[in-house]
Amino acid sequence: MKQLIQFFNSLFLAELFKGLSVTGRYLFKKKITVQYPEEKTPQSFRFRGLHAQRRYANGEERCIACKLCEAICPALAISIESEEREDGTRRTKSYDIDLTKCIFCGFCEESCPVDSIVETRIFEYHGDEKSDLYMTKEKLLAIGDKYEAQIAADRANDAPYR
Amino acid sequence: MVTIKINGQQVEAEQGQMLIEAADNAGIAIPRFCYHKNLSISANCRMCLVEVEKAPKPMPACATPVAEGMIVNTQSTYALAAQKSVMEFLLINHPLDCPVCDQGGECDLQEFSIGYGGDHSEYSEMKRVIPDKNIGSLIATELTRCIHCTRCIRFGQEIAGMRELGATGRGDWMEIGTYIEKSVDSELSGNIIDLCPVGALTSKVSRFTYRVWELASNDSIGSHDCVGSNCNVQTKNGQIKRVIGRQNDAINDAWISDRDRYSYEALQSNERITKPLIKKEGQWLETSWDEALQFAVNGLKDIQDKTHIGSICSPSVTTEEMYLLQKLIRGIGCHNIDHRLRQSDFSGQDHDPAFLGLGMSVADVATQQAILIIGSNVRKEQPIMAHQIRQANLKGAKISCVNPVNYDFNFKVAHNFTVAPSHLFKELKALAKAVQENSSEEAPEGLSALVASVKVSDEHAQCITELTSAENSMLMLGTLLQAMPHYSDIRMLASFIAQATDSTLGYLTPGANSSGAYLAGVLPNVVDGQHGLDTQAMFAEKLQAYITYGIEAERDCDHPVQAIEALKNAQFNISLSSFVSDTMKSYANVILPISSLTEASGTLINVDGTWQSFNAVSKVSGLSKPGWKVLRVMGNLFNLADFDYQSSTDVLEELKKSVGTVETTKAGNDIAWSCPENLSAQTSDIQRIAELSIYNVDSVTRRASALQKTQDAQVECVKINSALAKKLKFEEAQNVIVKQDDNSIEMTLSIDDNIADNCAYLPAGSLAAVSLGGGFDAISFN
Repeated sequence: MKQLIQFFNSLFLAELFKGLSVTGRYLFKKKITVQYPEEKTPQSFRFRGLHAQRRYANGEERCIACKLCEAICPALAISIESEEREDGTRRTKSYDIDLTKCIFCGFCEESCPVDSIVETRIFEYHGDEKSDLYMTKEKLLAIGDKYEAQIAADRANDAPYR
Repeated sequence: MVTIKINGQQVEAEQGQMLIEAADNAGIAIPRFCYHKNLSISANCRMCLVEVEKAPKPMPACATPVAEGMIVNTQSTYALAAQKSVMEFLLINHPLDCPVCDQGGECDLQEFSIGYGGDHSEYSEMKRVIPDKNIGSLIATELTRCIHCTRCIRFGQEIAGMRELGATGRGDWMEIGTYIEKSVDSELSGNIIDLCPVGALTSKVSRFTYRVWELASNDSIGSHDCVGSNCNVQTKNGQIKRVIGRQNDAINDAWISDRDRYSYEALQSNERITKPLIKKEGQWLETSWDEALQFAVNGLKDIQDKTHIGSICSPSVTTEEMYLLQKLIRGIGCHNIDHRLRQSDFSGQDHDPAFLGLGMSVADVATQQAILIIGSNVRKEQPIMAHQIRQANLKGAKISCVNPVNYDFNFKVAHNFTVAPSHLFKELKALAKAVQENSSEEAPEGLSALVASVKVSDEHAQCITELTSAENSMLMLGTLLQAMPHYSDIRMLASFIAQATDSTLGYLTPGANSSGAYLAGVLPNVVDGQHGLDTQAMFAEKLQAYITYGIEAERDCDHPVQAIEALKNAQFNISLSSFVSDTMKSYANVILPISSLTEASGTLINVDGTWQSFNAVSKVSGLSKPGWKVLRVMGNLFNLADFDYQSSTDVLEELKKSVGTVETTKAGNDIAWSCPENLSAQTSDIQRIAELSIYNVDSVTRRASALQKTQDAQVECVKINSALAKKLKFEEAQNVIVKQDDNSIEMTLSIDDNIADNCAYLPAGSLAAVSLGGGFDAISFN
């Protein structure tokens, strides 16, 4: 008997139709595929993308070179040199993030006492050379300057949960 | 001994000990801010409150003596509540600026606030803000952070001996400051940075350039005086970021001098030489090591008569380098080698002990009851030694000084004999006569005749009585004395006084490793009966070639003009140095860059005979190489036997074998009597006093920019006393022309009555002194 069932099943390709039925079901279901780059998924305000350095409203850079982000970074992607600026304040001489090392955990942002280093919503970036993915202080500040409105709005959204 | 119980644990403690010491010894941690092992107890921070059974209130562990059967609890709810409330009060006014504070990460307050701090403050009133004060180029202040532990005040009072910092105001508004606007000038001032439990006092030199968790900590040895202070050199990426004191109760307690602390700055100087240089047809060329070494060796090979080569070694390089240098020089058949750059009288060198040192351990100085200091500004020359003398003094020791300047010491001087260098001998004769009058023993041959004409004053007699009656007493022959004319005669009398009064004869040697140089044989008078030339003779005889090791001849030698003339006159000169100067370029033919002290491993032997080895801690600058490696290859190029060392330890082992055991105690310093000639010091010439000022001692210190901005570094002036000024009709701050032989310079005059009569105080090693003659020669004014 068992052999007979197996004979008919294989004669009428039952397994194939079983599989195709799944395909058929999905053929008529509502599609969730996003047509990237024409279409984009919605992003959380907590999205952790490309880093940026922020400034205060008066144009002063926020970073005070406390190096907590450097200390917490699990991938050792951040390296900072600090110095005493002419006005006697503690500032960074250089602030570098190696994006090829970064794992986008967001610890740097968490540790920052002055909300200086942040992760933005930007995730579409590339580098022609490896060095393009080595973010320096100037590059980070430029990103911050460009997206400050968005960054500030995102932090404001997140504030009630902190 | 008493037995107490802390947290249920039986602890043995000595009678009179404080609870906190007993707990520390037992490894039980009690939080504290104001208590420090090496300072007095003030019990003002109240952080160490603990519960003591039967006591009506919590007791401060730092000020509660132990008593038999005491039951203490440091962790009970009662004790913790007390500590927590203290913490809350301390945090009221402390700013929450840990992210920008240099102390962040090693801050006691930060640490204890994790353990004892609350998560919120009840305090909503105004926080106290105190403007920062400028206290000089070494220490940065941020006084809003101060928690009033007064460690810095107590340090100044008890250790440095200068009450420079104090507190004004009361309670909340108490402020630490200098009373009037001034800098903190103590030569030990940097220690208050280590002492400050918070970030109120931090280093100005390395301000904001590191965080403590980034630093690699390396044990090392201070290399600017013969005490050999233990320190900890901390580096980030191979670059020195700071140097802090390391506890060693046998040498420096917890303190180091500012010179040891801040001179690392020079390693980044733009006068560092990074590549071997050779001079070809008057042009300086950068070249490879192979070529430079071959060039150097060929240059020496060209000198037919090897006795026409002279080699002068710095007294502050490692023992390994010294040993290899003398091995190389003697290997090529030359015996002219010396490290005594400033000594001018070598007539007594055959009496020198095998080990020139203190004759006791550094810490033992603090146990002396009477000390006679001869020719030394010990406070600036060996700050940590002065600290030990001060400790002896605080315990009641009588200190006497025979000096050409009435120095401002940080200990009380009972008898002060301020005389011109040329009269030191006479002063010693008076003291020797006082000894003779005091004792029943027969005087050694010739002494009675020698001292017949001098008069013994009451002070002389008293000084000698103190030395004789003290159980432990010593005579210190200072660095300044060793540079003076008639040094050996003065020493002979000093040795007689020491033996007759049963005191120890101790030397305070120049540089960091003079004692090592004696053991390593960097002296012209030791090996195989062969007698070489001493430093002075080497320059006076105008040899054909010179090797200068770790020195800048123009600033390190006694007679700069003579030295430079001899060097320029020579056919071939090799300079091994970490720094290059224009003068060096004018006389050298090859300049080989050797690494400076923290960049290579080595050993320094301090003045009490302690061999202290250390590792390389910072990155080598450019292509420079450790000195022992350079000397090793030079030895190979000369085809000398036994020059195949693999590490500096190999060199050290060979040296240790060759040295054997050397007497470093009192007995080793005794000198056999031979009566010195009677000197008559009847000259009307003004004598120069050329002390090597504190921040000019070696090429590293001279390039430490923060140290050069301190008060102690301002030495570019000539000082005379008011009597002489009156005689010469000079006024304060007037510009005068100073003349020595044919050399003259213009300098500002300063009138200082601490200078001996008929003398001009004009420090050696300074920029101005480069164009002058011998340190204690006659000087004239135009």
